[in-house]
Amino acid sequence: MTTLAPPPVPSSTGGTRHPAPNGVRRLFAAADPSLAAHLAAFGPLTLDHAGPDLIAELQGAGLDGRGGAHFATWRKLAAARAEQQGRGGPAARGRHRAVVVGNGAEGEPLSRKDATLLDRAPHLVLDGLLLAAATVGASRAVLYTTPRLLPVVEAALRERGDASDVTLVEAPDTFLSGEASSVVAAVEGRPAVPSDRIARLTTSGVGGRPTLVQNVETLAQLALVARFGVAWFRSVGAPAEPGTRLVTVSGGDGRSPMATAATPGGAGRVLEVTGTMSLRRIVEAAGVDPTRLRAVLVGGFHGAWLPVGALDLPFTREALHPWGASPGAGVVWALTADGCGLAAAAEITTYLAGQSARQCGPCLNGLPRLADVLGRLARGDRATWLPGEVTRLAGLVTGRGSCHHPDGTARLVFSTLQAFADDVRHHLEGRCLAGGPGPSVPSATPTRPGEGR
Amino acid sequence: MSALDLGRGTPSSPRPVGAAGSGRSGPVRGAAASMHVDWTLCDGRGLCTELLPELLERDEWGHPVAVGQPPASRSDVTVPPELVDAARDAVALCPRAALRLRPLPLP
Repeated sequence: MTTLAPPPVPSSTGGTRHPAPNGVRRLFAAADPSLAAHLAAFGPLTLDHAGPDLIAELQGAGLDGRGGAHFATWRKLAAARAEQQGRGGPAARGRHRAVVVGNGAEGEPLSRKDATLLDRAPHLVLDGLLLAAATVGASRAVLYTTPRLLPVVEAALRERGDASDVTLVEAPDTFLSGEASSVVAAVEGRPAVPSDRIARLTTSGVGGRPTLVQNVETLAQLALVARFGVAWFRSVGAPAEPGTRLVTVSGGDGRSPMATAATPGGAGRVLEVTGTMSLRRIVEAAGVDPTRLRAVLVGGFHGAWLPVGALDLPFTREALHPWGASPGAGVVWALTADGCGLAAAAEITTYLAGQSARQCGPCLNGLPRLADVLGRLARGDRATWLPGEVTRLAGLVTGRGSCHHPDGTARLVFSTLQAFADDVRHHLEGRCLAGGPGPSVPSATPTRPGEGR
Repeated sequence: MSALDLGRGTPSSPRPVGAAGSGRSGPVRGAAASMHVDWTLCDGRGLCTELLPELLERDEWGHPVAVGQPPASRSDVTVPPELVDAARDAVALCPRAALRLRPLPLP
């Protein structure tokens, strides 16, 4: 350990409270991943606040889920705790005892913030997992992550004496492995694919037990709230969206989204940002020149496009909402001025179609068709029915799956048609607004698929 | 599980339509209901679309599409009171047991 810990300062409650990290470097405040550096940066973990106090603090802090859905963290903890209490509280046994799962699957190909967090601050995630387990009264705590990170977490577990009950479950490298019901399936030892749900997981998840699934960044943020309190948490960021969040910024180099995702060692730069920072500043901080861009994809592959004119918006749900976008899992991918948005979106849609769990008809059948039609448009097929068919298919699959994969894919596609409406027109006229050779494929499909059925 | 077993669920999930354990006994007369589609089970056989043409169409692959419902209600289809009996038949006869009838969630 190389960091000198600042001296502890007395807290208002009479004990001593470790000084909180200054500025926006919070999750990565420790000098290295060791337990010693963790303790030097954040002080020891106490479970004193676990339970209703922590739930109230999380509500005051306004912490939302960092896996992409932005669900209020305190509500999930309160629901799982209430279910556990209703089943007998700490006296409950077996299948009535709650399960808490830290979700580090990070299936988004352009995201690596969770991997970076587990690499650099595993103890903060484990603190959050233990706090969440104590808060809901869970008898089982699980960390779910990719094969590469399992040894990292194992090493961290060996360093500390208070986490011997934490078990590890391997997450497969698929887009849907981090979907909450996929996580439950994996913890149950089944294939990590989504399932149909009529009850919330906090009511009935792993083996019918109350189950709390939280993204690993959410758990790390929770651990900071428990240590340093609401006022500190809210001291940075936007009033409605306080605190910091992790983002992964990539692209801006002319490569396609999937080429970016295939970068050895992971795509892009991971930054800790706040809601007062503009997208322009975030992109710049990652070393991407915003003056050379056409648009940015925000939120991930289920996300939405923002034209370059919207880069001065702050990176908050509120600011991005009119564009149908949200920070989501913190993914930002930059399309360069000479890139074709339709080609990028078609590539992503093809990937998403291939990542269907192939359980639900509308997704299994609809997404490949959607990807095919969008791909034709992107490649320069000039059939005039193509944009209408893209819209129809995206609308057809929406709301018709046991998970949100079709909805998220449709969201990206609708956003593509909106953000690149001029490109659609130009493609149909045989040109491409982006640089490069442009589309040249003549229409090979005089009839619309499905016609004459 | 039987297609008639409308009472599946956990203690705090919404109360099933009809008295628990009595299988076919109906929902409250005159009340609308919600028909849940388990897409992981649905195979697009189409029986439900024949029994409930007012509510369901088929897509080009045969799977049901709720007519005129917002996207959020396409997996939990609102069934008006006059169609609840037909919906109960669809639930009972679905060869894949992919449908379930529940009371409408409270607003």
